[in-house]
Amino acid sequence: MIHLIMDTFLRYLKEREQEQLVKILSFMFYIFRHDDLKEMLDSNKDSLKLEAMKRIVAMIARGKNTSDLFPAVVKNVACKNIEVKKLVYVYLVRYAEEQQDLALLSISTFQRGLKDPNQLIRASALRVLSSIRVTIIVPIMMLAIKEAASDMSPYVRKTAAHAIPKLHSLDPEQKDQLIEVIEKLLADKTTLVAGSVVMAFEEVCPDRIDLIHKNYRKLCNLLIDVEEWGQVVIINMLTRYARTQFLNPNINESLLEDSSEKAFYASDDEEDEDKKAEAAALVKRKPYVMDPDHRLLLRNTKPLLQSRNAAVVMAVAQLYFHLAPKAEVGIIAKALVRLMRSHSEVQYVVLQNVATMTIKRRGMFEPYLKSFYIRSTDPTQIKILKLEVLTNLANETNISTILREFQTYIKSMDKDFVAASIQAIGRCATNIGEVRDTCLNGLVQLLSNRDELVVAESVVVIKKLLQMQPEQHSDIIKHMAKLIDNIQVPMARASILWLIGEYCEHVPKIAPDVLRKMAKTFTNEEDIVKLQIINLAAKLYLTNSKQTKLLTQYVLNLAKYDQNYDIRDRARFIRQLIVPTDKSGALSKYAKKLFLALKPAPVLESPFKDRDHFQLGSLSHLLNAKAGGYQELPEWPESAPDPSVRNVEVKDSVCARRTVLTGKAVKNQKSSSESESESESSESEDESEEESEEESESDTNIRKKKTIAPSGSIKMYELLHRITGEGLAVEYCFSRQPFSPDPNMVAVQIQFTNNTNSETKNLHIEEPRLQSGMRIREFAEIEVLAAGESVTVVMGIDFCDSTQAANFQLKDLKFSLAFNLTKRCFLSLFTGKLMGMNEISEKLTLGEKCVNEHVIVERVTATANLSRVPCGSDKECRFAGKTVSSGCLVLVTVTTKEGGRAQLTVNCEKMVIGTMLVKDIMQALSQ
Amino acid sequence: MIHSLFLVNASGDIFLEKHWKSVVSRSVCDYFFEAVERATEPENVPPVIPTPHHCLINVLRQRVYFVAVIQSEVPPLFVIEFLHRVVDTFQDYFGVCTEAAVKDNVVVVYELLEEMLDNGFPLATESNILKELIKPPTILRTVVNTITGSTNVGEQLPTGQLSVVPWRRTGVKYTNNEAYFDVVEEIDAIIDKSGSTITAEIQGVIDACVKLTGMPDLTLSFMNPRLLDDVSFHPCVRFKRWEAERILSFVPPDGNFRLLSYHVSSQNLVAIPVYVKHNISFREGSSQGRFELTLGPKQTMGKAVESVLVSSQLPRGVLNANLSPSQGTYTFDPVTKLLSWDVGKINPQKLPSLKGSMSLQTGASKPDENPTINLQFKIQQLAVSGLKVNRLDMYGEKYKPFKGIKYMTKAGKFQVRT
Repeated sequence: MIHLIMDTFLRYLKEREQEQLVKILSFMFYIFRHDDLKEMLDSNKDSLKLEAMKRIVAMIARGKNTSDLFPAVVKNVACKNIEVKKLVYVYLVRYAEEQQDLALLSISTFQRGLKDPNQLIRASALRVLSSIRVTIIVPIMMLAIKEAASDMSPYVRKTAAHAIPKLHSLDPEQKDQLIEVIEKLLADKTTLVAGSVVMAFEEVCPDRIDLIHKNYRKLCNLLIDVEEWGQVVIINMLTRYARTQFLNPNINESLLEDSSEKAFYASDDEEDEDKKAEAAALVKRKPYVMDPDHRLLLRNTKPLLQSRNAAVVMAVAQLYFHLAPKAEVGIIAKALVRLMRSHSEVQYVVLQNVATMTIKRRGMFEPYLKSFYIRSTDPTQIKILKLEVLTNLANETNISTILREFQTYIKSMDKDFVAASIQAIGRCATNIGEVRDTCLNGLVQLLSNRDELVVAESVVVIKKLLQMQPEQHSDIIKHMAKLIDNIQVPMARASILWLIGEYCEHVPKIAPDVLRKMAKTFTNEEDIVKLQIINLAAKLYLTNSKQTKLLTQYVLNLAKYDQNYDIRDRARFIRQLIVPTDKSGALSKYAKKLFLALKPAPVLESPFKDRDHFQLGSLSHLLNAKAGGYQELPEWPESAPDPSVRNVEVKDSVCARRTVLTGKAVKNQKSSSESESESESSESEDESEEESEEESESDTNIRKKKTIAPSGSIKMYELLHRITGEGLAVEYCFSRQPFSPDPNMVAVQIQFTNNTNSETKNLHIEEPRLQSGMRIREFAEIEVLAAGESVTVVMGIDFCDSTQAANFQLKDLKFSLAFNLTKRCFLSLFTGKLMGMNEISEKLTLGEKCVNEHVIVERVTATANLSRVPCGSDKECRFAGKTVSSGCLVLVTVTTKEGGRAQLTVNCEKMVIGTMLVKDIMQALSQ
Repeated sequence: MIHSLFLVNASGDIFLEKHWKSVVSRSVCDYFFEAVERATEPENVPPVIPTPHHCLINVLRQRVYFVAVIQSEVPPLFVIEFLHRVVDTFQDYFGVCTEAAVKDNVVVVYELLEEMLDNGFPLATESNILKELIKPPTILRTVVNTITGSTNVGEQLPTGQLSVVPWRRTGVKYTNNEAYFDVVEEIDAIIDKSGSTITAEIQGVIDACVKLTGMPDLTLSFMNPRLLDDVSFHPCVRFKRWEAERILSFVPPDGNFRLLSYHVSSQNLVAIPVYVKHNISFREGSSQGRFELTLGPKQTMGKAVESVLVSSQLPRGVLNANLSPSQGTYTFDPVTKLLSWDVGKINPQKLPSLKGSMSLQTGASKPDENPTINLQFKIQQLAVSGLKVNRLDMYGEKYKPFKGIKYMTKAGKFQVRT
């Protein structure tokens, strides 16, 4: 009783209040927890069940545990109400792992669903079944996936592809069997499947590159029509594939580039040898010719740079960066710059990748320099990345504009950004010698900035710059020595101290004084500063021991009792080195050499250098660390592997095909007899598939051979009645003959009859107003049509398999005539394999006259130009055909049942045509 | 791919979680909260946060963080783009994508997420397909549903998923057939102290609202297609046709969609439609600063500049501002130091100005920083690049649709440095 009251009460409250109330009540009635929900789930009313499920899902969404409801919920898995069913699925997938035994109760429902005639139900059953992570059902899942992989519907096959990684993560031991399924699905020709199966490939067996060979060209060609998420996965996979199969298109250039870059530790001799070897290699190497398959990939991915999906654009960009010849990489810059207009997260990722690209190929982004200028409204992380790109792009010609830009950045209110700008200026100065002095002067000016962070950063950068040419800059060093009184940032203090110690000879008067001050404050300094004070003391002791001996002793004594063992260690070590004692070793002789050796100036490098060994656009590249499941981008092979592996088997020679053809013709003749067994008919299917490919080559001779006269009489349709046509009557029919000038056209036979007393002249077609894709081949002009005579002409129309009418005008008559005939545009016999098709089934009652099979066959063939296919049962009649222009297969099955009832099933890839056909055949049969 | 998704509000509460593979504990978000704390501003939270076992990729839209949990290698843009698509879908369904909207429609949200991803891989992201599967909630439908107990889940099975034009459903019917196209151009510019242009570019989009019966096939051609330097299309646009003839040919989705976004080639000089005269100065030793700002039209081709809004982040040292605008209203927030001035329409005869003084902390030295001025404005009936639609034709259907084209120019990221 309480629950009922509570329940009604709850429903009148808004959700937020409900939440609180539920909290209180569920505490009070802890024992009866969720009892109300259980009651609702057990009720007979769908609306109550739905309400309960909605509340449960809301609880799951908030992260509440509802696993105790599992038995009550799982009962409803077969509920008729679709929404309840869907919510039960949501629940099931969430909790099945925890309640394995109970979850098994639901399996049979899905197994039934897998056999449903509707493809969408089959797909959803497979989807849920494979999402239930219960190890016991692995064999069932495996079986279901295998079956679904050869399903007629591409949608179900797509779902099968999705299920593969799920099963693999549940039970990795199934890998071998799953690879077989992947191999099968990779061969699929539909765009719907391609993306999903490549995804499965990447998760299960990314190293089985051999599976791709045969499908490589197909994937390249399908790419543009695959859905966008699939495109990303396919492009990334193909990048890796291409790296193993083709030669480096930049091979000659990259050799030259490398030799110009000096290795830091390489001695000159080695380098000479290297150069010789390279020169020899250059001579030996044949001129580079790009593999046509490599070209195919580049060509087919290029249009995708125009995609609205940033991930697709990035995928193509990285493909070009890793695979394209140097001259062609430039096209990606424009698209990447476009992405910078997008959300800031997209900008962040794109800029990371651009930063890496600018190091290798600076020229590419130079024209877009201004697009990387920074606005005060950009988030700091974007600003810093843009700065990185600008610094990478700087060269002799544009440095002055870039520096001017940097000057405004220094005045920004965002201090982190100002610090980064100062670093950037430092990097520009080290890389471009011409501007070093200007930069240095600018930075010295910053030393008087009021903001300590700015000053500190400048000090650090100046220190690095000064190391390059210290002699000329003792003024600056003096200036910095003065700063030590004010600057508190440890890094800056340490930098100044190091600088004074290093160049103490340039500032002989100031240096000891600085040490004196530092000795006073030693105990309060940060560790890095302390270390530098010790360094300074040591260096001064070696150069100017007269003045500083006592100070150094003092500092070292302080350091000896420091809390930090690093500092204690350093003090001990330095004392041994610099203070000569009896026990001091041989090293102390060289102390001066050790401490005051000439140090190479630091190279200010981009943090993005060498990041390009990770595949661009990947998570690993972004993190600069290998992420789990990352596949290395392989190095280019030395010599190209055999390109013929990508060849798809060529059909047999022409004469072989001819024999097949004749054999087929014979079969056709005896097709009325139904003695052929199943196996034979499947054989003939294979043969006819070959034929279809041949047909597309449009050899008219062969076509004629194949044509058979249509069974049944040809129905004439009236186009223009003689009264409305002022005496001229026009009738048309579909002659069901191939239209020889163009195999894609339907032949329309038009009969003109002149019922007037005078001649009609110049009959011809004018201004066809056609839908895109439709074509008409006009008949020759009828110059004169005498009174009372009739003339028959044939014209061809390519309806593009659409259901739209072709409109045109007959000259002289000014009548707009619409042909409404597309439903009958099937031609040529064809028995084909069932591709992914839409299935439409209709029940009907046969008309009185349709008593035997013969009549049915006649009626069907009169409606549409289909050919009878033999089949085992005498209750069934099967017909097949294909549409004229795109060659879509059409299958019609009529199953007769007792009492004149029958079932009509039409399978066709084009749904519209399928529906029209069902309508027409129904009409014909039920008459 | 995407393992789990957490929705986090501005105060750091997880208000929705969804898992596509095995359940990931919500404690993984602690790394995210740490990153949020570290970042000073919400937009400075790094989009990709590595953790020992997972990787968190997040986007921020309308003060809600969408945090996706990733376990293995996946292109980060893939996830980011997908998350934005999720937000767009929610917006499409509920009008807004706020915390309240998600909480109110939690079941629909869950159903949508279930359909959009399978095992973490995107399944159906086209809003047209989703709407066939799950009908968007409307007031009328909610009322009807509560009375009759019917559902939001589509009764028919979605066929769009299987068609060659997945963005359009079959059997669309309208009594008024209409197609509207908005050409909206945005000027991104940085103007320096002296008023000269440092960088200026034009980015444009064509947004369409197409309500046409049946399966119309549209072509849209431009008078001057050469202007378009870089374009990206809705998937419905036939790319080959564009390459060959520079004509947009497409079977449109039903309803609102973005047909095209483009970038005007940078060779063309951009006509900057407004100028800003400014004098913002601080004197050493004084606790007062001067502030003067005047706006004026420039190269507007006779069109009025409307909805002008000026905003500027003043230096931290500024305590308050005492200004008087010649038109419109201004506000100054002493905490965030944000000055914004809603100007309205610029009258060329009487230029709008904002003058007055700023008070600084006494004794503090004058600020080094120069504030930048951000400008927003709109100009109706003008595409600043000069782009013009030539004609729009429809094939494949018999009726005559009503067609309309509108042009507009807006300020994008328009900044004046002082």
